[in-house]
Amino acid sequence: MSQVSTVRRAGRKSPVRPAGRRTAARRTATRTGQYAALLAYLAFLAFPFLWLVSTAFKPPRELGSIHPTWIPGAPTLDNFRQAFTQQPLLTAAGNSLLAAAVSAVIAIVLATPMAYVLARHRGRLARAATGWVVISQAFPLVLVIIPLFLILKNFHLVDSRAGLVMVYAVWSLPFALWMLTGYVRAVPPEVEEAAAVDGAGRIRTLVSVTAPLLAPGIVATGLFAFITAWNEFFFALVLLKSPEKQTLPVVLTHFIGTEGVADLGPLAAAALLATLPSLLLFAVIQRRITGGMLAGAVKS
Amino acid sequence: MTLATAPRRSAAPGRTPAPRRDHATWFLVLPALIPILVLSVGPLLYGIGLAFTDAQSGRTRATGFVGALNFTDLLHDTLFWDSFRIGLVWALGVTVPQFFLALGLALLLNVNLRLRWLARALAIVPWAMPEVVVGIMWRLVYHPDAGILNETLRDLGLSGTGDGRDWLSGLATALPAVIVVGVWAGMPQTTVSLLAGLQNVPKELHEAAAMDGAGAWRRFRTVTWPALKPVALAITALNFIWNFNSFALVFVLTDGGPGGRTRLPMLFAYEEAFRYGQFGYAAAMGLAMVAVISILLAVYLAGRLKGDDDR
Repeated sequence: MSQVSTVRRAGRKSPVRPAGRRTAARRTATRTGQYAALLAYLAFLAFPFLWLVSTAFKPPRELGSIHPTWIPGAPTLDNFRQAFTQQPLLTAAGNSLLAAAVSAVIAIVLATPMAYVLARHRGRLARAATGWVVISQAFPLVLVIIPLFLILKNFHLVDSRAGLVMVYAVWSLPFALWMLTGYVRAVPPEVEEAAAVDGAGRIRTLVSVTAPLLAPGIVATGLFAFITAWNEFFFALVLLKSPEKQTLPVVLTHFIGTEGVADLGPLAAAALLATLPSLLLFAVIQRRITGGMLAGAVKS
Repeated sequence: MTLATAPRRSAAPGRTPAPRRDHATWFLVLPALIPILVLSVGPLLYGIGLAFTDAQSGRTRATGFVGALNFTDLLHDTLFWDSFRIGLVWALGVTVPQFFLALGLALLLNVNLRLRWLARALAIVPWAMPEVVVGIMWRLVYHPDAGILNETLRDLGLSGTGDGRDWLSGLATALPAVIVVGVWAGMPQTTVSLLAGLQNVPKELHEAAAMDGAGAWRRFRTVTWPALKPVALAITALNFIWNFNSFALVFVLTDGGPGGRTRLPMLFAYEEAFRYGQFGYAAAMGLAMVAVISILLAVYLAGRLKGDDDR
């Protein structure tokens, strides 16, 4: 990189100018500018989260102070204890865990075979499916939630965890299909053909040759579906009424609105706890997700 | 391409009768297709149908077909169009700055800088967080007394006009304040997509242009941008749709207040449907949103693609 830029500067048509020092100075200036910009981005991206962490560990006295500080003077875990007594966080976390895990597993089981077909046979079906992925993104949820609400009500699945799981599973299907199709394409068909030549049947080939190669992609897609469902708010808000069935995001909103300054601590603590699973899982799959999106993008 | 045709070729020599392959294909496809049809395509069509009825929640009388009545009502519903206008301001106000900020970040991340790993990791954080938590977090930032924003402004001596300003309940500040949150929350997807797009930029061309003495801006215009453009178009269009349809963030931040200044169309339709029980009317709102957005996007994409030919 640096070599290239030296060549570039030297190649400029400025016969009299002593090249070396000026270009070096300019390069330093560019670098400084780049680092300054990067630091500004880092600050912008990080500061709300750091503030959340800071608030979560502050005692009420400091939260009420006129001049809030970045670092809690006397950090405390009280807010976390308070959060659990104010709202049924454990139940809510259990509900979220159940909905997210079950719907992610269902989505993967349903999507993987179809993704295989979409990747291997490009035809009308594949185009229709891709079209649907795009269209399903464009429609406002309100147009889907009203009929879903009415349909689920007919089957007594409103205010039921099973109903929510079904909705989540189907809702994560488009993205799961999109990602998995990319992963299947990355498995060369020659591998499967070789297995077929060796006399393995079609199903056998899929199970013992293709599936293991796909495993990392399947895990990443499943975790992504899990995070999506864990974070989801709108469907849960509309479909669940009983407090003991509500998921974490919905329960978190119960903290809001009536908060005096003293309640900010528990609010921040609960919000922080609710985020940790998503953050940890996302850190695990980050590379694969961006890779999967790349794969999806490259094919078009 | 060869990859795609290979399996088909391998099937041909054995002369496997076509129907058998179809059976296998359907067997693989149906498990996903049926739920999509029943719980996604079906409800969507049902929802479009509902827009032409007087469906209400908890009503005993049968739902009747009312033709375009909901839409004529909607035309005269100034509250809804206010909300619609706010939705457009919000969607543009978020999408445009978000694109330029994300483009800058993507270009920086594409350069070999120290701390790049940290920026990459941090750039992802907003993506992983539940929207509700993002909203709560920014409420803490904006909090009039205990928030860091007012404190920072005080420290910088910038709080002149109003100490302890309540950003989210001020008539003038509420919408800009939620727009900033929207920009923050959507940075990751945009940055990651643009970063992926930057991998398509031919390196040799860049170096050649540099040899010819093209400055950084010219190289960006003539080499980077043409390769990046399809990705940029796609992500801005998607961002616009997502932002226009967004709900949770603003629901948590302001719940549409103050005085409806941040009441996005989705919040409006949600209240109509689940607070007042007007299912048919709310569905009509949803349909109106789709229609207007589709037209806007068609104009945008057509304009962009034509601009491509002109150059």
